Amino acid sequence: MRAMFCVLSAASLLLLSCATEEQKPAAQAPVEGKPAAQPVQTPAVKPVEAPKKAAASPFAALKDPNNILSKRSIYFDFDKFDVKAEYRPLVEAHAKFLRENPSAKMLIQGNADERGSREYNVGLGQRRSDAVKKVLTLLGAREEQIESVSLGEEKPSCSEHSEDCWAKNRRDDMLYSGEY
Amino acid sequence: MIRLLALLLFMPAAHAQLSIEITGAGAQRIPIAIVPFAGENTLPPGVGSIVRADLERSGLFRGLELPPLTPEPTEATNINYAEWRARLADALLVGSVQQRPDGRFEVRFRLHDVVKQQPLGGIAYTLNKDQARATAHRISDFVYEKLTGEKGVFSTRIAYVVKRGNRYELQIADYDGANAETALASFEPIISPVWSPDGKRLAYVSFENKKPVVYIHSLSDGRRHVVANFKGSNSAPAWTPDGNRLAVVLSREGGSQLFMINADGSGVRRLASSTAIDTEPRFSPDGQSIYFTSDRGGTPQIYRMPASGGEPQRVTFEGSYNVSPRISPDGKTLAYITRNDAKFQVALLDLSTRQVQILTDSDRDESPSFSPNGRMILLATVIGERGVLSAVSADGRVKQRLSTAAGDVREPAWGPFIE
Repeated sequence: MRAMFCVLSAASLLLLSCATEEQKPAAQAPVEGKPAAQPVQTPAVKPVEAPKKAAASPFAALKDPNNILSKRSIYFDFDKFDVKAEYRPLVEAHAKFLRENPSAKMLIQGNADERGSREYNVGLGQRRSDAVKKVLTLLGAREEQIESVSLGEEKPSCSEHSEDCWAKNRRDDMLYSGEY
Repeated sequence: MIRLLALLLFMPAAHAQLSIEITGAGAQRIPIAIVPFAGENTLPPGVGSIVRADLERSGLFRGLELPPLTPEPTEATNINYAEWRARLADALLVGSVQQRPDGRFEVRFRLHDVVKQQPLGGIAYTLNKDQARATAHRISDFVYEKLTGEKGVFSTRIAYVVKRGNRYELQIADYDGANAETALASFEPIISPVWSPDGKRLAYVSFENKKPVVYIHSLSDGRRHVVANFKGSNSAPAWTPDGNRLAVVLSREGGSQLFMINADGSGVRRLASSTAIDTEPRFSPDGQSIYFTSDRGGTPQIYRMPASGGEPQRVTFEGSYNVSPRISPDGKTLAYITRNDAKFQVALLDLSTRQVQILTDSDRDESPSFSPNGRMILLATVIGERGVLSAVSADGRVKQRLSTAAGDVREPAWGPFIE
């Protein structure tokens, strides 16, 4: 619990700094980006695009390659559904994002490798997406923000018939509204 | 398996045409003489040759090679049975095609039992030019039923999904792959098509909304409606025998669980409750039981439960992966996919003797589907990295393959008898 709060507050700070500015990676946001981005602009321009920017603002962090939130995939071992420790920070970061952006919605697509029945594989993918949803809600995201679904074996990211490939296909992808 | 013949059926609508190849046949095939129908060249493709192809494809008949006959016998000819016996025929089919003044055609035939030296009946059809193939299949059904005692499936249709690149097409074709038509094209996957008992609609799962959603699609007018699009995944539809309701798998309450729903999408209610994956429901023909796949015991196995709900009983015990249950039309056997080592194959379980037989020698089989007379099982498999359809008889002897050069074929569903 204590560890969770730690990361939580760190993430909220990070978000605050992002939210005031258009975007920019958390690491560079404070000084570097600002002066270069808007040298002589009048503030009158901003309100016009406000609605769009308000929506785009939290999502910018999601797309920033330097932000952990840009990472969206969680991989699973064969016949396993538990979220491995190495993905804990990623899931925690997304939980915080959802907590602090109550309007944000997430779709988790679970996937399975190609072996066996297509419908049973829909079940396996669902078990994986449900697993990540459960961790996210335990970490404070609201149940209504998250839909966990399964694509079964239908959308492999890797199409060869080898264990290397299958491992890439035993995967959850986290998508935010507007991304699917 | 002996390769008997390779038949390629060329159709006018050449897109993604399935071709059929017979790779095994029954041990005892009825020798039948099918005389080219008099005048059949006025009505292509030839009725007699379609009937012959149908009967040979069933694996139960052997069409005899015949010399040119003058005069050509027809349904009106008095048959000299001794002459046909000398040609080693057990049965004889004769007929004629005549164009009528109104441009339509009349096809007549008569079937003879050469061994018993008696006619077995005949029919006269009036048809339009484009009904030649359908008429020939009707004749095949007649011959098949008279000589084997069971209904033929030559007039039935199949559904399957073709994947080419990123494009998915749900297609409907004659049982032999001819006359393929696309019912639905999509850039997202389509799986699990199942025919309504009246053969007029298909239920299936489409991923066009980036998640599995169950639809019902009326084939004649192309109208479709959502049956189940609840939060989470919606999949694995199965019709009740009366066609009014479906069993579906929903994750809306967590996990993959069995629910019942009306065909219009109303009246959803939970059917069973477990912490496992419960999926792939199928009703027994009498509607009293539901067979389904569940991993409640640690590995995926097939279970049966009362359709009204109740305690499931395990049905499969051999092996660690038994999925995709399909009950035969007579309710006596269960086809399913079993994993042996790394091979996925079609198995058939006799529900009274508990005996299991592996029917296929392929290794990536999926989605078995009984023909409506229960004799054949259509399935998807992979040959040379390409998805193909294959059919095997319930006794494992007769084998056929349907493939298309244009892409991967998968998710077959054999339609019901059409009245």
